[in-house]
Amino acid sequence: MRTILMGALVSGALLLAAAPATAAANVERVVSDLGIEAYLLHEPSVPLIAMSFAFKGGTQFETAEQAGLAQMTAALLDEGAGELDSLAFRTALEDNAIQLSFNADRDAFVGDLRTLTVNKELAFDLTRLALTEVRFDAEPIERVRAQVMAVINRRSTDPGTVARETFFATAFPDHSYGVSDRGSLATVAALGRDDLVGFVDRQLTRDKLRIGVAGDITADELATVLDDVFGDLPAEGPTSGAEPVTPVLGSTVVVSQPVPQSVVMFGQGGVSRTDPDYYAAHVANYILGGGGFQSRLLKEIREKRGLAYSAYSYLLPTDLSPLWTGGVATNNEDVAESVRLIRQEVARLAAGDVTEDDLEGARTFLTGSFPLRLTSNAQVAGMLRGMAVLGLDVDYLERRNTLIDAVTLEDVKRVTRELLDPDDLLVVVVGDPQGLDG
Amino acid sequence: MRLTSLLLATALAGAALTSPSAAKMFSPERFTLDNGMDVVVVTNRRAPVVSHWVWYRVGSADSPQGKSGLPHFVEHLMFKGTDNREPGEFSRLVARNGGTENAMTSADFTAYFQNIARDRLGLVMEMEADRMAHLRLTDDLVLPERDVVLEERRSVVDNNPSARLAEQMSAALYLNHPYGDPVIGWFHEMETYDRADAEAFYDAWYAPNNAVLIVVGDIDAEEVRPLAEATYGKIPARDVRTRERLKEPPAAVARRIVLEDPQVRQPSLSRAYLAPSQRLAGWEKAHALDLFAEVLGSGSTSRLYRELVVERALASNAGAFYRGTALDDTSFRVYATPRQGVSLAELEAALDEVLAEALRDGLTDDEVERAKRRMQAEAVYAQDSLSGAARIIGSALTTGLTIDDVEQWPERIGLLTTDQVNQAARDVLLPERSVTGWLQTPPQEGETG
Repeated sequence: MRTILMGALVSGALLLAAAPATAAANVERVVSDLGIEAYLLHEPSVPLIAMSFAFKGGTQFETAEQAGLAQMTAALLDEGAGELDSLAFRTALEDNAIQLSFNADRDAFVGDLRTLTVNKELAFDLTRLALTEVRFDAEPIERVRAQVMAVINRRSTDPGTVARETFFATAFPDHSYGVSDRGSLATVAALGRDDLVGFVDRQLTRDKLRIGVAGDITADELATVLDDVFGDLPAEGPTSGAEPVTPVLGSTVVVSQPVPQSVVMFGQGGVSRTDPDYYAAHVANYILGGGGFQSRLLKEIREKRGLAYSAYSYLLPTDLSPLWTGGVATNNEDVAESVRLIRQEVARLAAGDVTEDDLEGARTFLTGSFPLRLTSNAQVAGMLRGMAVLGLDVDYLERRNTLIDAVTLEDVKRVTRELLDPDDLLVVVVGDPQGLDG
Repeated sequence: MRLTSLLLATALAGAALTSPSAAKMFSPERFTLDNGMDVVVVTNRRAPVVSHWVWYRVGSADSPQGKSGLPHFVEHLMFKGTDNREPGEFSRLVARNGGTENAMTSADFTAYFQNIARDRLGLVMEMEADRMAHLRLTDDLVLPERDVVLEERRSVVDNNPSARLAEQMSAALYLNHPYGDPVIGWFHEMETYDRADAEAFYDAWYAPNNAVLIVVGDIDAEEVRPLAEATYGKIPARDVRTRERLKEPPAAVARRIVLEDPQVRQPSLSRAYLAPSQRLAGWEKAHALDLFAEVLGSGSTSRLYRELVVERALASNAGAFYRGTALDDTSFRVYATPRQGVSLAELEAALDEVLAEALRDGLTDDEVERAKRRMQAEAVYAQDSLSGAARIIGSALTTGLTIDDVEQWPERIGLLTTDQVNQAARDVLLPERSVTGWLQTPPQEGETG
């Protein structure tokens, strides 16, 4: 049986590059009469449509006193619009199995719609209503406020949440990135209807809008839909004015909690998604902690020593301060050893300890697995929306693997040397860690 | 096109915008290898990839006495190497061929999968078949992995008060059946796992005649068959014992559990009712409970949400769910989170009123019909996923159900009457079948508890 295996392997390496072209080749750029653009993959095999759209800005449109406003607005947009109160709107969505939801993060306000083809007209019209005829009735405002506060309460002692929020507060002490995007009990309690209306006026304008669509809809039909759904939004609006910021790094912060296992978040500066070195950093991250069992962090921390179930790193290419972060969770007695191993592996990479085999492993995985990320309409719509946000061309899905393949060993070494410094890591530990050097 | 007027008519009159009701789910092909291994193939040609799964009919409820969670531990050890392959080689080859992989253990099944380019299917089938028959363990591999699953337990249970409450509720719900033990195991028993435990378990359960192969993606049965025969087909069948778990005694008394922890900043309550699985009760009763749960507690137009969250403003969230895909008696669950200043006692009383009214007066025909449409639409959404089909089919076939049970699900939902739905709930939602759990902060000085 091993002969079968070897045959598959050898022929395999040559075939990988050709694989992703099938779906990717058909992405179209659709422009409506009003000039609204979307990327579309027409895929009629299942009778449903997925649309994902983003308005650039997100929590950048909050003041510090308004922390949580973007997410609270997102939770309220599908709670009544136009002539429909909350019950009527929610009933129309749920009875017709229309999935419409909104969310907000540090860089964008995002809407996601999924509908069966048979219900598409209603689905698009409800989306239009939600975006252009918001109600913000008193009952849903108070209800959503209670829900947000329950989540803030619940997560206030969750070690992973505390680690993440402490990390951002430490790295960005005077910037919107340092504030929890969920807000605090005090800021959420103070948000009023005027704040919500003001946020919608600033955020929901067509100049900030980027759209991806996948599924059972043609380009001609979509062009009409784009104007129907988004055409009533103002063409232009203010920018957030938020400025790029340099993270404050180089310390170890311990937050004491009476839990048996310490949760760690670590990180330092990363690379912008539009930086030419992004793909080299992507490869380097696979080697450090993005590659599961193939990554150095999981091999050292889990496979060799059994110190953790999970140990990982990832690039977080936010608009105003890209980061390279990661995490681990280890019992309190041994967590110092996990942190030492993280520093050791960061130091190895920073010193240029990368081989051609490391690079080849990363490239074959990152290119070969790309089609796996494009197997459902919801995935594809999200990917196309991301392309539109970044200003990537319509043929990006076809070119993407050549960008990975073009990364050289020198590129990886240059990027890790520039970005990584074990002494400059910001490390946050939540729990009751023993023997950790502060 | 503006549809507001149509929309208002729809919302107010509940007029049906149709969703396909008689559609099949996945239209799978199936065959059985000579050694008894079942094979299911679902063709989905939208990308040149496949999702390859092997499901074993063994789960945490089949743990040996005193070794709770052992099946999950063995699942971890299946990545450790074989007579033919070094430890770590399996995962390295999957990654080197652009594949992703993982595995999962439930009370009733253990499943392994790889998602990979279609021309690599032969590779992963060969490797998966290899570790079905030739796992090789050493203490050097087993003992660090025991530490890994202990850390996993700390992450998913011990660090999380609501997960600890859920674990205690299951332990209280099942007086005798092993569903009362956590899937990951009790800490003090996990500490005792050794290589002999793992080997004995592997020898007892890992056999082709106790497994189901599922392949979903850019492929059909004609292409899968020769690959399956050349890999899994070479492994001889072995005797595998029938799964017979301890039976629950008749339900006799409602139980209550309170978990108090200073880590808890947001109280909550939940209740579990012992409920029959689809295998034990048949599809009519199981799908009737699916529909009752949908109307009672799924989404923001459900009874629990409307009553407790919107109209009475006692809760910030509330809902219900039931999952009938289990080998033995499963559970029907309700839950709610109180708003600031509302006590758990007050919230529980209100929840009981909603439940009592729903059981006494019954759900209405309109509510049940709307729930049917929503659930039948889920059948369409389920097709928009590579691994969704494999998960639904695999969990059915490892819990005593059939492909027909999966394929006919949308149609059967449509056949049920409101009376069947109400009667199924009245048989199950009885106080003596229940455990109620409260999660709360310890009372402060001067407060009454």
